[in-house]
This record gives sequence, C-alpha cells and structure tokens, in this order.
Amino acid sequence: ISGKARELLEVKSVLRDKIPVIRRFSGGGTVIVDQGTVFVSFICNKDAVPGLQPYPQPIMAWSSLLYDEVFCGAGDFRLRENDYVFGNQKFGGNAQSIIKNRWIHHTSFLWDYDMVNMTYLKVPTRAPKYRMERDHSEFICRMKDLLPRSAFIEGTIKAAGTHFLLRFVPCDAIESSASANFMPLSRMLTRQELEAAIDAEPESLLSQSL
Amino acid sequence: MALRLWASRAASQLRSSLHLRGYATVIQDLKYTDSHEWVKVEGNSATIGITDHAQDHLGDVVYVELPEEGTAVSQGSAFGAVESVKATSDVNSPVSGTVTHVNRELDGSPAL
Repeated sequence: ISGKARELLEVKSVLRDKIPVIRRFSGGGTVIVDQGTVFVSFICNKDAVPGLQPYPQPIMAWSSLLYDEVFCGAGDFRLRENDYVFGNQKFGGNAQSIIKNRWIHHTSFLWDYDMVNMTYLKVPTRAPKYRMERDHSEFICRMKDLLPRSAFIEGTIKAAGTHFLLRFVPCDAIESSASANFMPLSRMLTRQELEAAIDAEPESLLSQSL
Repeated sequence: MALRLWASRAASQLRSSLHLRGYATVIQDLKYTDSHEWVKVEGNSATIGITDHAQDHLGDVVYVELPEEGTAVSQGSAFGAVESVKATSDVNSPVSGTVTHVNRELDGSPAL
C-alpha cells in the first residue's frame, strides 16, 4: 500500500513498452509476471491452522514448513528472511494480507523468466540483507532449472493435502461463484498515474536509475 | 465518540502504572480487543492503538495507513492498516465513533 511506482519501476521503460502495472492489496515487493509465473495462494480463516498466530512471521514460517515438504531439501531450499531461496538465490516472493478473521499468504514463483523483463524493476531501496546489493541477474534464479513444473505443482498439492482436506474446483466454477458485490482492491495503475510518477521523480533518483 | 488514534508505544510509556499479571501485561484503564488493539476512554473521547504484542509480531513496520479526520468508524471494523515488510494488516476499531485526530508522527516514523 505504500509502494511508489517511481521507486520500484523504471517507469519510462514501462510506459514505452506498455507494460500493465497492478497495485496489489497485499504487502511485499514488486514482481514481474509472465507466462511462466506460478502463483500459489493460501487464503485461510484465522483458525484454519491450529495454534498459528495470524501475524506475518508465524504465517511465513508455517508456509516454509509446507514447502519444505515439497522440495525435501532439494536445491538447498529455505526461507531466507521473507523469500524462498535455493542457496542464496531467490525464486519465490511472498506477500500477505491479514484481516480480522482471515489471512492470505501468496507467492509468485519464478518458474522461468526473460532477464530483459527484470530491467523494468529497480533494485528496491528496502532489500533483504542477504541480497547484498546484487542486481537481479545474480539475485534470482529459475525454478525450472531444479525440477519439472509438474513435479512442483503436484508436490505442492500433496503438501497442502497434509494440512488441509483438498477439493478440486474448476476455474470457471470459481468465477461464476464470485459475489456481485465483491470489489477487488488490487487495480491496474492508469497511464496518467505512471506519467505522474515520472514527473514526481527528483533529479537525484533520475541519475541513479540511468 | 471522538477517537484519537495514537502510536502503540503510548502503551509502553504508561508502564509505570502497570499491574503485571502472569505473562500478560495489562495496563490499567485500557481495554483490549481480541485482535490486539487497545482503547483508552476518557469521557466522550477515546484513544486507540495497537498493543506491543501486535507490534512485536508484525515485525518492522514500514507504513501506517490512517483514516482521515472526520471519518466514521464502527466497532469491530477495519479503519486503517499497518504495512510490514511483506504484509498488510488491518487495524480494527474497538469502538464506534468519529475520528478527531490521528498521529501524524506515524507518517515519518511508522515504527513509532
């Protein structure tokens, strides 16, 4: 909710290439979404996981236990600060939103990506310590280099099944059950908002981003 | 009821009047919700914050979204949010009323 486009994005490039920008309702950083991205979201009532306090770190720690079951140590998987990493390279970024009786923990997994797209992102001013000022090319890695996509998806479903009873629901059934009163908080930024972000950029930031 | 929204550290500043009770720290004159907001009612106005327990568990707070003065709030409903590194967390009002003041120091010092 506090993220500013001018601090997170190379806005001129984003506008030039007409990249859609979505502001999420949840916390966390900025991610590139492409055809390879895998999203996993846990939307839970506050009592869904017995004994789990509905705060960022407990939820984050619980999620890492679930993914421990998926990777079984492969690739030196771990939760590092708030990222999923293989060794010291990030492959999964997390975001959460916690309300009175529910929480969501969602992850965008870097299955495969075009490094060119990463140039739309600035190195964030608020970065985890383990990043050690590395640029995107050295900081992130592709999951496809470690395991097949189907193995990750099936492994995640299996791990979720050890925590919850699972029921498969077709996507169109989810869409048709959406409440007509539901107003999503996530939204696309307008061209005007992105252009205003360029206008708001002070000289010092401009020179750093070049 | 007129509401003042204050930094949660106000709770710790009142510790001189604490009555320690087992492992819980309960400050006299404060009421608490089960979602870890506190409220101090004085006449027709109330001051609201989040507890040290909540703030400790939220981690590094990077931004606090506060309502505009004059906003009506309802008991139990969210009126603002606290953003930590990876999460946004709603702050719920323990009472119903109208916001008269917010702690603008949180704009520059969200971890206050």
